[in-house]
Amino acid sequence: MENTIKSIIDKYEGDKGFLVPVLQDVQKELNYLPREALDLVSSILEVPISYIFEVATFYKAFSLDPRGRIQMQLCKGTACHVRGVPLIIDHVERELNIKEGETTENLEYTFETVNCLGACALGPIMVVNGEYHGQMNIAKTSRLLKKLAKESEKSEEGKS
Amino acid sequence: MDKITSQDQLKELQESIAAKRDPDKTCITICAGTGCLAYGTQKLIDSFQEEIVKRNLQDTVELRTSGCHGFCERGPIVVIFPKKIFYQRVGLDDAPEILEKTIGNGEIIERLLYENPVNGEKLTFEDDVPFYNKQMRLLLAQNPEIDPKSFDDYISNGGYQALAKAIGSMTPESVIQEIIDADLRGRGGGGFPAGWKWDATRKAEGDVKYVICNADEGDPGAYMDRSLLEGNPHSILEGMLIGAFAIGSTEGYIYVRNEYPLAVENTELAIAKAREIGLLGKNIMGSDFNFDIKIVRGGGAFVCGESSALFASIEGRSGEPRAKYVHATDKGLYDKPTTLNNVETWANVPLIIDRGSAWYQSIGTEGSKGTKIFALVGKINNTGLVEVPMGTTLREIIFDIGGGIPDGRTFKAVQTGGPSGGCIPAEHLDTKVDFDELTKLGSMMGSGGMIVMDDRNCMVDVARYFLSFLEEESCGKCTPCREGVHQMRLILDRICAGEGKEGDIDTLEWMGQAIADGSLCALGGSAPSPVLSTIRYFRDEYEAHIRDKKCPAGVCKALITYTINADCTGCRLCVKPCPTQAITGEKKQLHVIDQDKCIQCGACYEVCKDNAVTVA
Repeated sequence: MENTIKSIIDKYEGDKGFLVPVLQDVQKELNYLPREALDLVSSILEVPISYIFEVATFYKAFSLDPRGRIQMQLCKGTACHVRGVPLIIDHVERELNIKEGETTENLEYTFETVNCLGACALGPIMVVNGEYHGQMNIAKTSRLLKKLAKESEKSEEGKS
Repeated sequence: MDKITSQDQLKELQESIAAKRDPDKTCITICAGTGCLAYGTQKLIDSFQEEIVKRNLQDTVELRTSGCHGFCERGPIVVIFPKKIFYQRVGLDDAPEILEKTIGNGEIIERLLYENPVNGEKLTFEDDVPFYNKQMRLLLAQNPEIDPKSFDDYISNGGYQALAKAIGSMTPESVIQEIIDADLRGRGGGGFPAGWKWDATRKAEGDVKYVICNADEGDPGAYMDRSLLEGNPHSILEGMLIGAFAIGSTEGYIYVRNEYPLAVENTELAIAKAREIGLLGKNIMGSDFNFDIKIVRGGGAFVCGESSALFASIEGRSGEPRAKYVHATDKGLYDKPTTLNNVETWANVPLIIDRGSAWYQSIGTEGSKGTKIFALVGKINNTGLVEVPMGTTLREIIFDIGGGIPDGRTFKAVQTGGPSGGCIPAEHLDTKVDFDELTKLGSMMGSGGMIVMDDRNCMVDVARYFLSFLEEESCGKCTPCREGVHQMRLILDRICAGEGKEGDIDTLEWMGQAIADGSLCALGGSAPSPVLSTIRYFRDEYEAHIRDKKCPAGVCKALITYTINADCTGCRLCVKPCPTQAITGEKKQLHVIDQDKCIQCGACYEVCKDNAVTVA
């Protein structure tokens, strides 16, 4: 991990002003911001850990907790809202038994909402591991969740 | 390619690129904006590429992936130049058929044409489509015509000529005067005259001055800045270069939302190319003007669209705004004189320098010149980007260009100005849209989001939506904003849950005023607007929630019941989706919802094809 973080910081020439991009890149590599990584950033950049926590908890893009293998992001922009996103949020929360922003215990699913993806014609939009699913409704969400569950079962079988 | 060191060289380059191009050559243009890519368009692009090679058409047919065309509702979109044959909702495996029939035999594929909803007429050419031909596209004009990854495309369309003109034949002062004369106002929502900002930054004392492009487009439902930046990044660079030349700046930043990966990618490419060719760097076009640009990705905080919070974010701090008694033009980024303009504002700059302030002045209204791009979204037939002269009425935008409300429902309100704006009801549809008129109605033009709502949208719920958005996004510095918005949201939660009390509306009104007065930045200052504007125009709906415990639009779960009416054909379509198995009934018999089990999820309402589910 140390080498990864060193090389990220080197990319920004050790400039403390680039703390946000450094953390973005660390998160991209490690999927979240583990305490260990933040400590390393703190010592290499010579920035107090309290300051790093301030920044890491201020910006929504950062996660201090591990995130799931399947990352679901539901757009919560105004256009999606008026087209029924609150009902879909309820539905996903009920089906996965987690609240928005949470990860399932087995680290399979993370369910997040984002402010606006700017693809409003397709609203409501759900992005699953980078793949867009447009014009979502409750029925389509159910089908998507079933499909994901099946795939996740298969990958479990593959592992064992 | 050699570096461009003079105006003449740029002209030569443009001519040499143009000479290699045949304007009559068939060019298949595919929209590859974020919206169309979300439809899966990449597959269509790949298939076109393969098929063109397979059919040996490389020499006669050009394939271009362009930026966003703006008619997102109808994606994937394919336009065949030079005639501009317009194919919409193209299937991902339609490439062979288009190449075979349209390119090969000159045949038009009826199925892919746009049908005019007014008379059912099939329209073959893009120029005939009402969504496009009622707009005035100046800023978006090049989007369909250039590949954002191609420097040559931008140059052959007259790119960087305005910069050459500014450097070659104007002084920094005359550039600023041109922008002041054009009366260009900031497109991010503030509407502050850009020329004045530039002038103040130029005159401010300081060895280093910064130019910043604000691409932290946070208003939910607005995406014109993304489309400009990802579709035509060089035009933004050119605007910033002209600004930097005028102000005397050597360093620039583009602060862009992390949620816009394609915009980041295309802008990075554009910057690299501009550096390679000498349009960024030292001694630009042989002059003593030096300028370079860095990209900074945002961290997903709405408040960072506010200028002083944005500076803090670039400096690597958390994005808290500061008081504005010291202007950014004196002390902005790193406490140096700074000009910050939004993407769309920068996009206007090359046009003004190229065609002159008199031309620009001829477009728009008394106080608002030029065009404005709106993101027309929500309950609207033609979702997309609409660029019209300032002063176009809401009715023209929503009905003539937007094609009205889908599913035969009625227009209820349009929300403008993002979370800082408000909801405008039907009685004001003939208002001319510009910086000043919408403010008079208690909303604002803002950055140009227009979210259309129909009779199935609850205005109390919409107000609550914006408040919870702002509550989450408040940086927490000012108590009235941090605590006040939270308290207002709790009141709205109660009202939506059927626990509203007499006097709640009054409380919301005075709290709103106090929050607006007591907050440092525009986020808190305008946070109560969505509530105050909905109370102003839809007070009866608030009263229905509070007094009658009813949600007239059928949205607030605690106040509605779903029932099945006599139109039920017993098709059983609603039985399976119901997550609580609340629906029972025999096949071909009237079904019933068990109200004790029903959780008001709306699944049955959504699937019913006979309008047999009633919400009340």
